[in-house]
Amino acid sequence: MKENIKSRHQKHGLETSAVNTWCKGCGNFGILTALKSVLAKREDTLGSLVLVSGIGCHAKIVDYVAVNSFYSIHGRVLPVACGIKTANPRLTIIGHAGDGDAYGEGISHLVFAAKRNNDLVFIVHNNRVYGLTTGQFTPTSPKGFKGRSTPKGSIEEPFNPLRLMLASGATFVARGYAGKHAHLASLIEQAMVHPGFAFIDVLQPCFTFYNTYKFYNEKVVEIRDEHPVDDFDAAWKLAGKWDYGLEADQIPIGIFYRIRKDTYEEELLPKETPSLDVALHLKRHHF
Amino acid sequence: MGKRIGVEVSIAIADAVKLARAEVIPAYPITPQTHIVEHLAEIVANGELDAEYIPVESEHAAMSACCGAVAAGARVFTSSSSQGLSLMSEILYIPSTMRLPMVMVVANRAMSAPISIWNDHQDIMVQRDIGWIQTFAENGQEAVDLVLHAFRVAEDRRVSLPMIVNIDGFTLSHVIEPIELPTQEEVDAYIPPFKPKRKLDPRKPVTMGPVGIPEVYTEAKVAHDHAIKNSRKVILKAWKEFADHFGREYHPVESYKAEGADTILVTMGSISETAMTAIDKMRDEGRNVGLVRIRLWRPFPAQEFRAATKHAKVLAVVDRCLPPGAVCGPVGAELRSIFYKIPGAPKIFSFVAGLGGRDVTVERFEEIIDKAEQYSKRRPKELYEVIGVREK
Repeated sequence: MKENIKSRHQKHGLETSAVNTWCKGCGNFGILTALKSVLAKREDTLGSLVLVSGIGCHAKIVDYVAVNSFYSIHGRVLPVACGIKTANPRLTIIGHAGDGDAYGEGISHLVFAAKRNNDLVFIVHNNRVYGLTTGQFTPTSPKGFKGRSTPKGSIEEPFNPLRLMLASGATFVARGYAGKHAHLASLIEQAMVHPGFAFIDVLQPCFTFYNTYKFYNEKVVEIRDEHPVDDFDAAWKLAGKWDYGLEADQIPIGIFYRIRKDTYEEELLPKETPSLDVALHLKRHHF
Repeated sequence: MGKRIGVEVSIAIADAVKLARAEVIPAYPITPQTHIVEHLAEIVANGELDAEYIPVESEHAAMSACCGAVAAGARVFTSSSSQGLSLMSEILYIPSTMRLPMVMVVANRAMSAPISIWNDHQDIMVQRDIGWIQTFAENGQEAVDLVLHAFRVAEDRRVSLPMIVNIDGFTLSHVIEPIELPTQEEVDAYIPPFKPKRKLDPRKPVTMGPVGIPEVYTEAKVAHDHAIKNSRKVILKAWKEFADHFGREYHPVESYKAEGADTILVTMGSISETAMTAIDKMRDEGRNVGLVRIRLWRPFPAQEFRAATKHAKVLAVVDRCLPPGAVCGPVGAELRSIFYKIPGAPKIFSFVAGLGGRDVTVERFEEIIDKAEQYSKRRPKELYEVIGVREK
């Protein structure tokens, strides 16, 4: 398997034959570019990489990268990813979800993945609108958002996903911007080497239904190196700088919080077999 | 009577819900149902309908909110499709046995995997036994009419059950058809204000949805079964009165050139209109064939169906659902049961067609009828046959 993927990548790189159907100008392209640039550097690990996606525009990303993938169902990226990781902890899992997936239908899974500290990377393509169903309000749409299900403007305050993750016990909390590929790539790279649940909320403009490029280009600032990433209170304060509303002074992007805690897999699996092979496990237990 | 205008069926359905004066609409977008609830959101926001629209976080939440809103005494509407309907599944059994009336339009869509947004009936067949009254529309006008009928029947105190109107996703939901919408006065005359038998009222406290210990669970379920069986009379009367009010007649089972036909094609939903064209063509060619369409799926109109097909020798039943490992499609199974050990019963052959948006053309219906007639002479190897499977 590994050999096949390797030889395939030597021939075609990470390209697939799938026709890309995202709208022109879609923020998903920025995320795809960042992801591919990280994967291109880590060719040796591609054989053990699995991408998992949900349902929505973001989910097509698995069609556009030539690695193993599981295109799951709306909201269920994390339980599927947890299942894969538990059965074969040697695999590296990157979960991709939309804001509907992660913060709407699948929010309980998100809270639990953070609580358990599952050893996964989770990238939320947060365009703050339902793109595939053509433009409705989502859990991170700002108050006053005029979408097709909220023609007079949403009356709800949006979630602040970063604070939600901090409160849920996530050990790696970051925010990226699809318009800054190199910065986002660096976040993905650091998330991949983080042991435990690595959460990246990516601000992703939806060119067709919620074009936020101008807003983000003006407001986004990279978090300074002096920010103490292991300080919860500092992270909480920084995450509160912008509450996903219509207004912002500055929108910090980068790593807000990063600490080392035992992962779910480290707690769950026998210490002497940190990289448990399922086949070996089954054989050993005479299944 | 309102004017007949060209309008997208989803929009017309939303307008019908407005005319029915729905009061609470909890909904979550899912293709191909989205236009219905989107238009309702617009109608509510414009102040054209005095209702609350809740853009909930999931279909599971939508159906739960529907139950709560009916319990509090409101007229409730929602809509869903496919995976969304399945996500409601845990809740769907609850309003029916608790006798909480509401109306849901299901824009029928295939179930994953593979992911498909296109039309068939697999989503609703998963929910066959939820104990809701269920009807199927063949075209846009029927969709509108059946929605109005559904409010009238569901909320009737003798019924007090939730009701689903099935419309084929895309084939109906996204097409523009000439549709006649009645006036508000006409609808008000047909659908009386909702007066729930029981509701959460601080002056008369009740406990809704408590545990059914083994001593009472069976009785609760039997009471529900009686309620849905007895709803038949109200369903028929509401259709009769619909004809008096609006001039369009509906029956649990509809026949087309079926009188005296040797072979009868059986369909449900929008493919019935193509099936009629196929019947016309075959009749012109001298074949003694007809069509029977099932409009009322639950409670199943066994008596009417037997009457509509009593002279037939062969039934060719088309299911738009493939239940893997079963003996045939759900409609086929139902019909085989109602004719079991009935003297002179027709021979019934089960076909599955039109999965995941695959068109069922006139030629396919001809093939189905030809095959059923051949099988009546020479027994087929399989209990059902999937039509139009590509070999490569």
